[in-house]
Amino acid sequence: MSASLPDPEKLVAEMAEKMRGQVSKDAALVGIYTGGAWVAERLNRLLNPGTPLGLLAVTLHRDDFGRIGLHRESRRSQIPFPVDGREIVLVDDVLHTGRTIRAALNELFDFGRPRAVRLAILADRGGRELPVCADFLGAKVEVGADEDLVLSNENGKLRFAAVKRPE
Amino acid sequence: MTRSNPQVGADGRLKHLLTTEGLPAELVRHILDTADQFVSVGERDVKKVPLLRGKTIFNVFFENSTRTRTTFEIAAKRLSADVINLNVGASSTNKGETLLDTVWNLQAMDADMFVVRHSESGAPHLIARHVKPGVAVINAGDGRHAHPTQGLLDVYTIRHYKKDFSNLTVAIVGDVLHSRVARSQIHALKTLGVPELRVIGPRTLIPAAVDRLGVRVFNDMAEGLKGCDVVIMLRLQNERMNGALLPSAGEFYKCYGLTAEKLALAKSDAIVMHPGPMNRGVEIDSPVADGPQSVIMPQVTFGIAVRMAVMSMLGSA
Repeated sequence: MSASLPDPEKLVAEMAEKMRGQVSKDAALVGIYTGGAWVAERLNRLLNPGTPLGLLAVTLHRDDFGRIGLHRESRRSQIPFPVDGREIVLVDDVLHTGRTIRAALNELFDFGRPRAVRLAILADRGGRELPVCADFLGAKVEVGADEDLVLSNENGKLRFAAVKRPE
Repeated sequence: MTRSNPQVGADGRLKHLLTTEGLPAELVRHILDTADQFVSVGERDVKKVPLLRGKTIFNVFFENSTRTRTTFEIAAKRLSADVINLNVGASSTNKGETLLDTVWNLQAMDADMFVVRHSESGAPHLIARHVKPGVAVINAGDGRHAHPTQGLLDVYTIRHYKKDFSNLTVAIVGDVLHSRVARSQIHALKTLGVPELRVIGPRTLIPAAVDRLGVRVFNDMAEGLKGCDVVIMLRLQNERMNGALLPSAGEFYKCYGLTAEKLALAKSDAIVMHPGPMNRGVEIDSPVADGPQSVIMPQVTFGIAVRMAVMSMLGSA
């Protein structure tokens, strides 16, 4: 199975090419922790070197808080630019149910009212539970229904793995 | 230990917050880490997150306290809970209703959490033993016993400025005898591994067996402040000044009031804390309270984040 998983570094380069010219000049990239942050850092380096990058932690807006409680999360959202009136490209590694994106939009709007929000996703694994789709997509990836597609970052190199979901 | 601790469930999660005594270090650190996230919420345009949406929190104050009640209220509102403030001292109990009857009535109104202040030590424990499973109790100060959220916000403040507890010298100064704040601070600081913990005050205001908690007692303030990284001043309650315990407020200020000269005996980067409300010119001199080493206002801000952390951890149970 994992032999057929794409190389994330290659996907990022291809995505940057697709996005060039499609997002406005003042658009700001905002990555969702943790995988989306790695992807956003790379896209930002390729597209807008030197411009500040936003990072979002979505734990405070998750919809499964009542069931599983608060994750112990030391990361906080950092948006080092005004969000009001700005075009924002929200970046995540894997799109699955769409719930993370819903939470990220809520978190983002706590910082202001963006002019527009686009969604850039490295890998779409299907299984949507909310009406969310990517504006920019690296690749569609198939994994088993009982598996998670997980992005890792070892020594600065991104890799995909299909991991059996714990019960 | 964990089993006999009504605050901690069999799964290790926080069920109530009644005292910092016996609270496992891991849980204390979990509360402080969680509070980190909420400090940033206070810095945004929208200072509100939906974690406790649909939950009802009763602030039940059998003893008056505008400030503490307000910080709990803000914390609950920033978590999107519905908050009802009850000044019970002035209502039902005057009509003869018992403590537990009051609580049971509120529970019948579908309360999810009680924030309780009471002049009797142990009242929040009693309530915690009698509420339905899933209903949480937070002690907002009981008698001389404990004020755990204050103790936790104080250790949060110390961690913020000093990063690490393992080589700190911390002094708590003033009326330790009557202070539930001091007790909660001592237990939390000991749990987090502060190696040198001191209490400074006149013999009449230091509890007899306090050294059993692993603190060093100093009656001479100059001696006690030497080498301190953190100086915590306690409020001298007005009603103590006229009694037999102290000759006068002026006399207390001379011996134990924190002035710039006395503060100079501590380390040059020492921070000064006070749980409020302050008696300027009694336990602390204005130039120190407003000076560069004072972190008294940040304590108030961090207090909201720490209370949000505790409430969110209890609200998901």
